Amino acid sequence: MSTPDTQSPRPEAAEVRAEMLKAYPAKTRKKREKQILLNDPVAPPEIAANSRTIPGILTQRGCTYAGCRGVVIGPIHDILHITHGPIGCGFYSWLSRRNLVKPRNPGDTNYLQYCMSTDMQEDQIIFGGEKKLRAAIQEAYDIFKPKAISIYSTCPVGLIGDDVHAVAREMKEKLGINIFAFSCEGYKGVSQSAGHHIANNGVFKHMVGLDDTPTPHLYSINVLGEYNIGGDAWEIDALLRKCGIHVVATLSGDVTYDEICRCHTANLNVVMCHRSINYMAEMMETKFGIPWIKVNFIGAESSAKSLRKIAQYFDSQALKDRVEEVIAQEMAAIREEQERVKARCKGKLAALFVGGSRAHHYQDLFSDIGMETVSAGYEFAHRDDYEGRAVLPTIKIDADSRNIEELTIEADPTRFQPRKSEEEKAKLAADGFSFKDYDGMMRQMGKGSLVIDDISHHELEKLIELYKPDIVCSGIKDKFVVEKMGVPCKQLHSYDYAGPYAAFTGAANFYKEIDRMVNTKLWKLVTPPWKKNPQLDARLGVAPKKERAVLEEPKSFKRNAAAPSAESGE
Amino acid sequence: MYAALGIHRCMPHSHGSQGCCSYHRSHLTRHHKEPAMATTSSFTEGASVFGGLSNMTQALKNIFSIYEPDIVAVHTTCLSEVIGDDIPMMIKKSQEDGTIPPGKHVIHTNTPSFTGSHVTGFANMVRSTLRYLAENTGTPRDQLNILPGYVDPADMREIKRLAGLMGVNAVVLPDTSNVLDTAQTGTYEMYPKGGATVDQIRSTGDSIATLALGHFASLPAATELENKCNVPSVPLDLPFGLGPTDAFIDALRQYGAADVPEQIEEERGRLVDLMGDLHQYFFEKRVAVCGDPDHVIALVQFLVELDMKPAYVFTGTPGQHFERRIAEILKDHAPNAIIKQNADMFELHQLMKREPVDLLIGNTYGKYIARAENVPLVRFGFPILDRAGHRCFPAAGYMGAMRLVEKMSDALLDKKDRECDEEWFELVQ
Repeated sequence: MSTPDTQSPRPEAAEVRAEMLKAYPAKTRKKREKQILLNDPVAPPEIAANSRTIPGILTQRGCTYAGCRGVVIGPIHDILHITHGPIGCGFYSWLSRRNLVKPRNPGDTNYLQYCMSTDMQEDQIIFGGEKKLRAAIQEAYDIFKPKAISIYSTCPVGLIGDDVHAVAREMKEKLGINIFAFSCEGYKGVSQSAGHHIANNGVFKHMVGLDDTPTPHLYSINVLGEYNIGGDAWEIDALLRKCGIHVVATLSGDVTYDEICRCHTANLNVVMCHRSINYMAEMMETKFGIPWIKVNFIGAESSAKSLRKIAQYFDSQALKDRVEEVIAQEMAAIREEQERVKARCKGKLAALFVGGSRAHHYQDLFSDIGMETVSAGYEFAHRDDYEGRAVLPTIKIDADSRNIEELTIEADPTRFQPRKSEEEKAKLAADGFSFKDYDGMMRQMGKGSLVIDDISHHELEKLIELYKPDIVCSGIKDKFVVEKMGVPCKQLHSYDYAGPYAAFTGAANFYKEIDRMVNTKLWKLVTPPWKKNPQLDARLGVAPKKERAVLEEPKSFKRNAAAPSAESGE
Repeated sequence: MYAALGIHRCMPHSHGSQGCCSYHRSHLTRHHKEPAMATTSSFTEGASVFGGLSNMTQALKNIFSIYEPDIVAVHTTCLSEVIGDDIPMMIKKSQEDGTIPPGKHVIHTNTPSFTGSHVTGFANMVRSTLRYLAENTGTPRDQLNILPGYVDPADMREIKRLAGLMGVNAVVLPDTSNVLDTAQTGTYEMYPKGGATVDQIRSTGDSIATLALGHFASLPAATELENKCNVPSVPLDLPFGLGPTDAFIDALRQYGAADVPEQIEEERGRLVDLMGDLHQYFFEKRVAVCGDPDHVIALVQFLVELDMKPAYVFTGTPGQHFERRIAEILKDHAPNAIIKQNADMFELHQLMKREPVDLLIGNTYGKYIARAENVPLVRFGFPILDRAGHRCFPAAGYMGAMRLVEKMSDALLDKKDRECDEEWFELVQ
């Protein structure tokens, strides 16, 4: 662990990069060179994001199924999730993401507690699994009578060619509830990201727009790309409510099926995690006329900025005033904690490698307390999340992205209703307001900071060795590697079972947590006292090891060793 | 993957899509709170169509040049099994074209999720390790092989300690102690000092006998070694509780030609003493048990020794042996117990609703049932994702059994203290 007084000068990012690449075989190095870049916030260099991970590299990434079943749809707690495949995939995605949920009425069942799988055996691999899937849906329906059932395909299902969609249609007709399937086989993409896209398509096709009950609230929004890890969505919801803004649905943190079915009645979509849900925002705008804006409720300053942006969109002085009032209150409530922690953490260094938005958002929290992010990168983001949406037209579609269906969306003939007219939009733009505005991570990071996409274990190890950051934010697979090196590691997937960290109250929680982690005595206890001062035992009169062997009276030696202070007492 | 981590300087390699590897590593890390390293062939759709040969070759090249293990242990996935990837051919090819450096090893086993459970995969990996590496040189060695089964590092450490106290030379395979429970030193070691070395594994073919702890996790490997190298296989239960630990110590005594030292007898004596002291709290208590089959087979014997009444005995792993063996153990003691292999915890929960129990013993997933039914839960087996004890203290051996006794009585008495009427809330128990 580095402390300010022992810290050596920070190495040049270019040297760190060269050091990281040194160990790689030529082909691997060539690929990684395009994913490890020195940042330029003014003109971000092109990063080879969303490309295949090289086999044999210790990667953070998971699969398409994980992104679909685990991330985007998994948190909907009042529908049944059936994994069609051998037992492993269902088991490992069982409650392993920390999407907290609160059933709406007493007695409602939280289905997420159950792991439902068709548990395919060799027989079904050979003869097909559709029959077993049908039986599983029937059994699950008979026991739970849910509103909807969602089915997820795993690798072997795609390979043997089970038609999960046909089974879903057939059972939907038979049982009279909504049943739909996802072809989210693990191998479909280069990371979880492909699964997010597939999930967005399915949720849009099979849920959004099913219930036209209008929302009575004028300032109604959906929060997209917020998964309620550690209760974040609850914090955001409470904050918005305080301002008089109503959340129709949070996709998909603590959300119900019904909320998703009527989320198209909202008047604005705000996007937290751009990577996992921008597809949904785009499709809802095209079909229903709901504009979307990028927000970030991670960090006090960013939360304030996001609230102001929403108020500006609704263009009501009353709302703007209320928002300012709430911001003032919330800022006042956390200021003392922020100042206290800032005094203790200022100047310390962080490195963040996680997800598809968190590695960016959490930099705001660190800057709230005066800490600098020396290096950051995403696990599964695309170029637009790094370089900003301006590069979208220049992103090449490769074989892996072509796998994922792009839905062709048209305006709904009866329900398309632009929430803002072109004139209103122009007026907002003139006031500096921008829609669909994500500038990406690189524009916000310092010049010369190191941006690393899909970081490998080897690179992480080198990074810690050379930069000696005071904290690393990552996930469960890296956490204990980092901590073995004597550097605290905060998991930003599960929050280490703490949180919430969103909005103002959450920010204060995070400040306190980071203070705990970077300023703990614990790391100083790693080295035993006798290794810090090797002369110590000689002074206490115990013979050095070599001479012990020839001591004639082991008894006296024993007494000395057991009670080193005896000498002065005698 | 867990078994492969118990080989010294081994990189487990998952031949399939990234998700499998990521899920396994995450889960092992959540249980052990330690780095669990493993690489993947990172299949995408192309590899799934054209086969995984080039992914495997590229992976091996990267692994040996970047991470420098002594041995790579490949396990398959549903994906590579269904497309029919021929792993031995791939290994052979990589050996021939120099992708595998001289003196380094690559072994493999088949672990599709559509056959058996995680215990099956573990057993397959141990068996394949011996199949690839064990050699009978014709010169016997004064050592015993101990296959500890799918138990925690702390258990493997305890098994080695007991063998050490007996003065028996033992090769323990796999051995994850000092791999998945390493000390905090401020330095990260990709390959910590623990694990059975390739040389040790090779030498198992010359050992006196193989103690196979656990019918499901260890016996297949011991049988393989018996057939391959003529080393007698000694089937035993996992040394959990009194009886199975006695059997283990006795086997060490007989096959290791060793005397049981006073220290072990004292440990045993203290366990029996504790069982007597607390017997009144255990007597006739109804217990539901679920977990991996070898764990449950040993544990149920211990519950019988404590005069508890196992009511439901479940395992998720398929295998008729489980039902036969448990029925045999319970035939005089709890003949009406419901025993199921290849079973579901949902069914266990329904049974518990119908006829409640006093105690549930199982892994962390049992906490939902425990909460719903207000039954105390003793965490035992794999995985334990929400408590720390298993990382430090063994469940194996007499010491481990004492810890189990303590945990069970704590659970029962804590519930009583929390819920009993004021007049029955007592200082001394």
